[in-house]
Amino acid sequence: MAVAAARELRDGEVVFVGIGLPNLACNLARATHAPNLVLVYESGAIGAVPERLPVSIGDPALVTGSLMVSSMADVFQCLLQNGRIEVGFLGAAQVDRYANLNTTVIGDYDRPRVRLPGSGGAAEIAIHARRTIVVATLGPRAFPAAVDFVTSPGHRYRGQSRRTLRMPGAGPVKVITDRAILEPDAESGELVLTTLYPGVTVDTVQHGVGWPLAIRTPLARAEPPTARELDLLRHTLDPRKLYLKD
Amino acid sequence: MHDAIAAFVHDGDTVVIEGFTHLICFAAGHEIIRQRRRDLTLARLTPDLIYDQMIAAGCARKLVFSWAGNPGAGSLHAFRRAVEQGAIEIEEYSHFGMVARLAAAAARLPFGTLRDYMGTDLPAANPAIRTVTCPYTGEILATVPALHPDVTIVHAQRADAEGNAQIWGLLGVQKEAAFAARHVIVVVEELVDAAVIRADPNRTIVPGLIVDAVVVEPWGAHPSYAQGYYDRDNDFYVAWEPISREPAALARYLDEFVYGVPDRAGYLGAHPGLVDRLRAGERWAAGVNYGY
Repeated sequence: MAVAAARELRDGEVVFVGIGLPNLACNLARATHAPNLVLVYESGAIGAVPERLPVSIGDPALVTGSLMVSSMADVFQCLLQNGRIEVGFLGAAQVDRYANLNTTVIGDYDRPRVRLPGSGGAAEIAIHARRTIVVATLGPRAFPAAVDFVTSPGHRYRGQSRRTLRMPGAGPVKVITDRAILEPDAESGELVLTTLYPGVTVDTVQHGVGWPLAIRTPLARAEPPTARELDLLRHTLDPRKLYLKD
Repeated sequence: MHDAIAAFVHDGDTVVIEGFTHLICFAAGHEIIRQRRRDLTLARLTPDLIYDQMIAAGCARKLVFSWAGNPGAGSLHAFRRAVEQGAIEIEEYSHFGMVARLAAAAARLPFGTLRDYMGTDLPAANPAIRTVTCPYTGEILATVPALHPDVTIVHAQRADAEGNAQIWGLLGVQKEAAFAARHVIVVVEELVDAAVIRADPNRTIVPGLIVDAVVVEPWGAHPSYAQGYYDRDNDFYVAWEPISREPAALARYLDEFVYGVPDRAGYLGAHPGLVDRLRAGERWAAGVNYGY
């Protein structure tokens, strides 16, 4: 997942980095094909070049040697709302067929079965980043047909499109999972299967989502991680396996 | 610390202990717990462990926030239990919404305006998120009400005796939360001469003219951090997951490290080796010439 996410980034882009796998993916991209990636953290660190893998988006290593420490007000107003963020990375507990994300509650808002952390910057990132990349592990409970709560908007909200709702950013352009990549259909806004990872079958992916998953043909096959990417991930970037699973 | 909390934090108050990951004044939160404040409305973008502890200690009636997790480590379980059991009221925004609330209050406007929340369920969950139609363009924008804390507690690296506080590293919304508040307590790692402040005025984030009390409390932010003084105690944040998950373990934690010590100095005494483990390395910036 980290490798697939890293490959989505183009050199020189301005990326809003979230905690977890996005941190790893951005640093991998920086170490491989995108050395000029500009990392922006919602905590205010801009042009961060952390010397250790940050455990949180407020890690002191993000400040030391960065280009700028901005106030959070300036990050959200002058960078994000001002349309300067080219890529936003988001994870979620639930992703639905329109790439709406839920990080708020499982169950009812007023008496939830599970209270999740909430939006953080995710709502505004999904609205304003010029494009958003979602990273999430496939599974029918994580990919229901409709999320219990829309924290971050995807491509349709109660039938309305992003354009109708006047959202400036393009929204989720790719959903990177641990088995495959899904992308929104241009007409319907619904996520469809576009790319399979090596050794994964269409069946596996279809069983991993809670709606009848359409397939874009011809289906692409992802290139496996290169030895260099794996080496960087395992030995340099995340030797303690804070984010990597294997 | 004892006197500042006694004077400026009362039952029922809206309290902001600021700092976004950086400079979170745990020492103040612990003193509020020791003085057994009740019915507080606690507001921060991220409750972090400090509000998880204060919720567990029974200090809070309500939480105003935008993200309530423990990054990379798990959940804030006292917060989760309180919400899942209906034991605490919540008022939930996004980070931008919280920033806008405090910035509006800091400028004494009744609400903050932002292009946000369309296509989300947040306004349905929080009726305080509303809209306004732009009088110039007709665009519909989201609004969030100004948030005026009764007291904001700012942790800074240094200040002078008047409370002119200098902060470097992540700034969070310390400035906005201070200007928005009716009372401000500044807590510092180091008290310095006014001359030190005046030598680098760009670094002053909170002016003494809005500060009610200055408290000198080295290591007052632990397990959070102070850039240039000590690192974040990431191990403790990870260790909080099992403590927080088990109410009895959390109660034991509070007994030993909050109720069981008289102050922050006592807390440090109960953590041998902490200072050596976390003391910051050196990455000095060259000074600049303010001459003319």
